Amino acid sequence: MLARIKEFLGMETKPKEEASQQEVEKVAEEEKAKPRIGYIHLSGCTGDAMSLTENYDILAPLLTEMVDIVYGQTLADVWWGDENNPYAIDDMPEMDLALIEGSVCLQDEHSMKELQKAREKAGLVAAFGSCAATGCFTRYSRGGQQAQPNHESFVPIADVVKVDLAIPGCPPSPEIIAKSVVALINGDMDYLQPMMDLAGYTEACGCDLQLKVVNQALCIGCGTCAMACQTRALDMNSGRPELNEDRCVKCGICYIQCPRSSWPADRIEQDLGL
Amino acid sequence: MVLGKYKQITLARSTDKQIQNISQDGGIATGLLAFALDEKIIDGAVVAGPSDEMWKPEPTVALTADEIMAAAGTKYTLCPNNWMIKEAVRQYGLEKVGVVTIPCQTMGLRKMQSYPFGTRFMADKIALIVGICCTENFSFESLKTFIEAKAGVNFDLVEKMDIGKGKFWVYTQDGTINFPIKETHGYEQNGCKVCLDLVSELSDISTGSIGAPDDWSAVEVRTDAGDTVFSKAVDAGLIETKPIDEGKFGLEMLTRLARQKKEKAMKEIDRRKELGLPVPYKASSEKEDPLANI
Repeated sequence: MLARIKEFLGMETKPKEEASQQEVEKVAEEEKAKPRIGYIHLSGCTGDAMSLTENYDILAPLLTEMVDIVYGQTLADVWWGDENNPYAIDDMPEMDLALIEGSVCLQDEHSMKELQKAREKAGLVAAFGSCAATGCFTRYSRGGQQAQPNHESFVPIADVVKVDLAIPGCPPSPEIIAKSVVALINGDMDYLQPMMDLAGYTEACGCDLQLKVVNQALCIGCGTCAMACQTRALDMNSGRPELNEDRCVKCGICYIQCPRSSWPADRIEQDLGL
Repeated sequence: MVLGKYKQITLARSTDKQIQNISQDGGIATGLLAFALDEKIIDGAVVAGPSDEMWKPEPTVALTADEIMAAAGTKYTLCPNNWMIKEAVRQYGLEKVGVVTIPCQTMGLRKMQSYPFGTRFMADKIALIVGICCTENFSFESLKTFIEAKAGVNFDLVEKMDIGKGKFWVYTQDGTINFPIKETHGYEQNGCKVCLDLVSELSDISTGSIGAPDDWSAVEVRTDAGDTVFSKAVDAGLIETKPIDEGKFGLEMLTRLARQKKEKAMKEIDRRKELGLPVPYKASSEKEDPLANI
């Protein structure tokens, strides 16, 4: 199964026979303990979960055979919410990984409690999608709106709890989600290192390109940022990124994708078989 | 291994007379992409095409051999081709994109393929990366300075520009003007100063003039994708090859210049580290091979 998924993703091109044998051994080991995953949905649009489900070819076996969804409203109907008792989340189970979508609203008692509980119960907490990682679009919130005018302050989850890794994107691409999950199952922390580094990148903006790349004499005008921008907030002008602030959602993808923000060369070569 | 990993290194040139006439050196980038399009290995290519302004290229999605040929020849200024990959995939709906990239662009694309955070279903659409050799790049205004102030030629009259034999060459209908390459110093793009890659080490196939005689290109075939298209083009007689000269003006020169670029960049990387300025690469003390592109 894992071999099939990797083939689908074009990961680690090694000789097929060797690969399949290794994977069979690995999967056999995994039978004993499938990672227990929780999906916690805070202030996000469900776009990140939608993107996860876009891995059509591998989704069913991924969710049923390779992991146990032990908590989550969206991917599986297992959660411990009770409208009469907002603190039923106290019964949240132990998890190996909590994928957290959405920023957390400081005025939303239930979200705060659920997030803190998830941190307590999960071995690894992943900020899944840019809302959880950088605040993204919810950074623009100023409250004073229905249905709850008092809900004003939406922050990246790392502002409230310790985050182990971030998978930013608005939404993250289906491929990066699948690759990250496979890496987690394999315990491939090497692939996940950039995600762990990104756990601390919580204040993102398209202007990071100017501040951290152009101002730092690192921009080479390759256009990768403008390619990666998911809201088309970037143009290239005279070989430099030009930001349309009105379109920027502060997801951080332009800077993250820039070859001059980080360069995990060894891993890229291994991953693409170069 | 200052030239990156490769399966084969050879001299090559396009046998097509029309391509020979318009190309910079051996016409490999133009010839290979036109061939790949014809063979349906790609269904379009992102190239540095012409814009409204002479010598100011614009990233362009080429869907025909004519459009690829319109982009032939080196333009010594910035052209953010990676930007147009998105256009090629989303707007044009291409499934197999070919692209011409300089080393930094190759790196941006490979990073995106390995870590496609925000690029939904784009990584698998890149079918062929033709990397070109690059010592450094110039802003358009820098280039204008060379042509109009240093060479004293009206930009619109220039037919070809070239860097070689220690000189910057400007070809016009009336004649050829050159000035020492040293005079371009101080005009290079700053970001190029930490670049460790001369030959697009991570491309599918790289091509460039360094180490090749006039009208030929030195080609490194790197990946299976690069190998397939190159062998097919050679078999079809569209590209001819001959062994690269091992000596002073061949492989030796290519290796020397690749090493020089790396050594110069490592000095700047180490200097920046000491100053506490950000740089994505490791300091020379942090890596086994001080010249590796990491």
